[in-house]
Amino acid sequence: MTASPAKKLVKMANQIAIFFDTQPGDPATGIAHHINEFWEPRMREGLLDSSATTTEGLSPSVVKALAHIRRATQPA
Amino acid sequence: MKDFILPPKDDRDMGTPASRSLNMITLKIDGFDVTVPEGTSVMRASAEAGIQVPKLCATDSLEAFGSCRLCVVEIEGRRGTPASCTTPVSEGMVVQTQSSKVRKIRKGVMELYISDHPLDCLTCSANGDCELQDMAGAVGLRDVRYEAVDTHFQPRQNGEANPNYIPKDDSNPYFTYDPAKCIVCSRCVRACEEVQGTFALTITGSGFDSRVSAGAAGDDFMSSDCVSCGACVQACPTATLQEKSVIALGTPERSVITTCAYCGVGCSFKAELNGDQLVRMVPYKHGKANRGHSCVKGRFAYGYASHTDRIVNPMIRDRIEDPWREVSWEEALGFTATRLRAIQAKHGKHSIGGITSSRCTNEETYLVQKMIRAVFGNNNTDTCARVCHSPTGYGLRTTFGTSAGTQDFDSVEHTDVVIVIGANPTDAHPVFASRLKKRLRRGAKLIVIDPRRIDLVKSAHVAAAHHLPLRPGTNVAVLTSIAHVIVTEGLADEDFIRTRCDWSEFADYAEFASDPRHAPEATEMLTGVPAAELRAAARLFATGGNGSIYYGLGVTEHSQGSTTVMAIANLAMMTGNLGRPGVGVNPLRGQNNVQGACDMGSFPHELPGYRHVSDDATRAVFEQLWGVTIDAEPGLRIPNMLDAAVEGTFKGLYVQGEDILQSDPDTHHVAAGLAAMECVIVQDLFLNETANYAHVFLPGSTFLEKDGTFTNAERRINRVRRVMAPRNGLADWEVTQALANAMGAHWAYTHPAQIMDEIAATTPSFAGVSYEMLEEKGSVQWPCNEAAPEGTPIMHVDGFVRGRGRFITTEYVATEERTGPRFPLLLTTGRILSQYNVGAQTRRTDNAAWHPEDVLEIHPHDAELRGVKQDDWVRLASRAGETSLRAHLTDRVSPGVVYTTFHHPVTQANVITTDHSDWATNCPEYKVTAVQVALSNGPSEWQRDYAEHAERSRRILPAAE
Repeated sequence: MTASPAKKLVKMANQIAIFFDTQPGDPATGIAHHINEFWEPRMREGLLDSSATTTEGLSPSVVKALAHIRRATQPA
Repeated sequence: MKDFILPPKDDRDMGTPASRSLNMITLKIDGFDVTVPEGTSVMRASAEAGIQVPKLCATDSLEAFGSCRLCVVEIEGRRGTPASCTTPVSEGMVVQTQSSKVRKIRKGVMELYISDHPLDCLTCSANGDCELQDMAGAVGLRDVRYEAVDTHFQPRQNGEANPNYIPKDDSNPYFTYDPAKCIVCSRCVRACEEVQGTFALTITGSGFDSRVSAGAAGDDFMSSDCVSCGACVQACPTATLQEKSVIALGTPERSVITTCAYCGVGCSFKAELNGDQLVRMVPYKHGKANRGHSCVKGRFAYGYASHTDRIVNPMIRDRIEDPWREVSWEEALGFTATRLRAIQAKHGKHSIGGITSSRCTNEETYLVQKMIRAVFGNNNTDTCARVCHSPTGYGLRTTFGTSAGTQDFDSVEHTDVVIVIGANPTDAHPVFASRLKKRLRRGAKLIVIDPRRIDLVKSAHVAAAHHLPLRPGTNVAVLTSIAHVIVTEGLADEDFIRTRCDWSEFADYAEFASDPRHAPEATEMLTGVPAAELRAAARLFATGGNGSIYYGLGVTEHSQGSTTVMAIANLAMMTGNLGRPGVGVNPLRGQNNVQGACDMGSFPHELPGYRHVSDDATRAVFEQLWGVTIDAEPGLRIPNMLDAAVEGTFKGLYVQGEDILQSDPDTHHVAAGLAAMECVIVQDLFLNETANYAHVFLPGSTFLEKDGTFTNAERRINRVRRVMAPRNGLADWEVTQALANAMGAHWAYTHPAQIMDEIAATTPSFAGVSYEMLEEKGSVQWPCNEAAPEGTPIMHVDGFVRGRGRFITTEYVATEERTGPRFPLLLTTGRILSQYNVGAQTRRTDNAAWHPEDVLEIHPHDAELRGVKQDDWVRLASRAGETSLRAHLTDRVSPGVVYTTFHHPVTQANVITTDHSDWATNCPEYKVTAVQVALSNGPSEWQRDYAEHAERSRRILPAAE
């Protein structure tokens, strides 16, 4: 039942996108802000790494948000 | 002149309830001038002046009844001798409480009472704590002239069995009913009605045949509707209703005021003791959350503290397959520190973390997160609020600016229309439920939004105006439909919105909600809620006066939990129901200190006071005080920790007072995560389920054994006071400090008061809080600081904390957990009155008498389709796992919906729940799981394996000789 780690991160990101897609304003900004605020660096890295290989399964808004998601190495 | 008001800590019985009138009346009692609020009884006015009028049927928790005739007084210009309990004061009244006339009447009344009462005072369990005894003394009763021919107390009289004699009813595990001692004052019956609101007791017969009776003819206390709240025992003036603990241990000689460690209501209690032997817990009448009331858990279920299962020595083992070895604190802490540091050396600083407890005090929680941030050096701290109210934090901060409920519990007394959504207060927050029912009986209207027909929908003298029995998982659709009705029918409070909220955001929201797809007629097929009923409920809420919303985990524990909280906030704002008594958004918190655990910085992204770890100024405050650098990146949340453990990057976990294996969803995944770690430290009272996977067990202390504070659902900071020494030797904060020091910290707290001082110095909303202040005021609601030195009973009074209230679009999105041919039913989970959460405490008390096992509630129609009869063993299976339990057929659940509780580890309801979670906070979706139900022969193979594994994991090596 439990999804693989990468799949789980994709699912979580898509769930966040579903919310921000319904809000006024740019969903990508909202998604990236939410992920930067609540996701631990290795989760953000995991999403960025897996999406570097393929963005299949990721919602289009998440794909747009990827550029605004902070890498762990960057200062806060 | 004696017109002073006695200090509030005085807990004498004032005879009748206080009047709230602001109009003051002056009268003369026994020559003294007394000034009291209009509506006060002569009895209470006398008590205010320090004059106790003799009484039996009156007590200040109940309305005056006027039946015993003992409290008669003389009033100048009035004929006869009026009862002081039922006579209100009037201006210039002149009262005489003592005269030869009233003395003679009182003595006569007492003679009649005593003529039908056993004179076994010396061996009576109420000896020294009996109002009948006190009154006999007060009126100077010296002999009884009547020799009763017929009595109620003699088993045999005139040589034959006495038909009026009823033997003692011992059926309730906690108290006895001895009719032989009863004086039929009706205080118990009135307490059951007025205070508890259950109406389980009545007086049968009349005149000489009047008897107190529980339930219908043939019922005893246990088989009646009695919920064992203890209100009747509290009200009884004699030994008729008496705690079994007092019968066994004698009357207590000292008392300590403290706070209950069960649910988020946070009731104040007097722990009554002989030496360090706890005799009973009595609800404290000046407790501001409970106002003198209690439930079966707080009042009676404290026996776990001295249960033989309690572990009082530290234990370690190299591998989780090994038996436990009892060791000294020093060895246990050394072992732990070495392992955790070794893990960090090998796998990095971020490979360990901890979980703070919502059961522990603020001071303890603060120390755990401090240890993780300052000593572990990362932000991998989380708390059980993750799995219950984390969406409340996110939702209310986004809309209002503060992660907390807006009201105090007293607010319910001023409400006119109440929405209860996703909460079952009569079971999970019983004392609040009693206060709500009291208000409903006085005319407030109720709307229940819940898949089950909970008790509030229809019970004695209470009925919901509307019950919207929605399909689990459709909260957002229902709330948006309510908003649709309010907006499209022009019922929104435009003045409030224009002055307090962002108008353009409201305009956006109104446009969204007005869309025909949100009309109740359009959502009916999806939600199962009849459109006309929903429209009527929406109109009632918008136009019925003060509207309040109370909600529980049926709101938060969904994939759209945070969205639902924001939909609730939208409703309160659009109807102008914020910032005054009787209104507001009120999350009913599950555990005693969920609010406090969140306030204290338990979440991985927030320092104490809800300030994000990336905020440089906030980090600087703590860095300066703690002398370390704090990580600016958010840490892992509980589910993320478990994921990282399975992946291999997270290896060590310190768990204080939480049983994640039983309480968190998708048990198989939790077990896999725990099993993958190299050092799991469990600090608890008992070897809980999580401890099956632990390498270190540090024994914990109960709330009776330590000092501290709990913060309840109304943001009230209540003192917890040590009434006995910790059986394990150390309070939990001392254990955390010792572990931190073993890992190289140099902490030197000697009392929790010092920890509170540190919290106040670093956290603006707690700036004014100190133990001295709590000693003086009893309790205080945060924010408590220079701007609000007396605390804040109601928030957002002149404006929202964030400035303008923010409307958020709330689009309904179906959960991915769908029913289908293989799993056609929806399972939802909850709590029952007598048990608490994973049951670690309540299962180890006599509360088990009410709920010995978890059962599956299923509609008779669904049961019939599957050939399931009452009490049959059934197999409950989901995509995540399966378990077996007994079926209970009831139409309380709709067809298509089944329900169970998660109090018993043998059932392991969370084997069934999935890993779906709230989009914003990862709060698990406990409340919706697609399942199938089929007949079975008994416990599943997995349950048998689990029981065997648990037993093996709990072996303890005998101590070395």
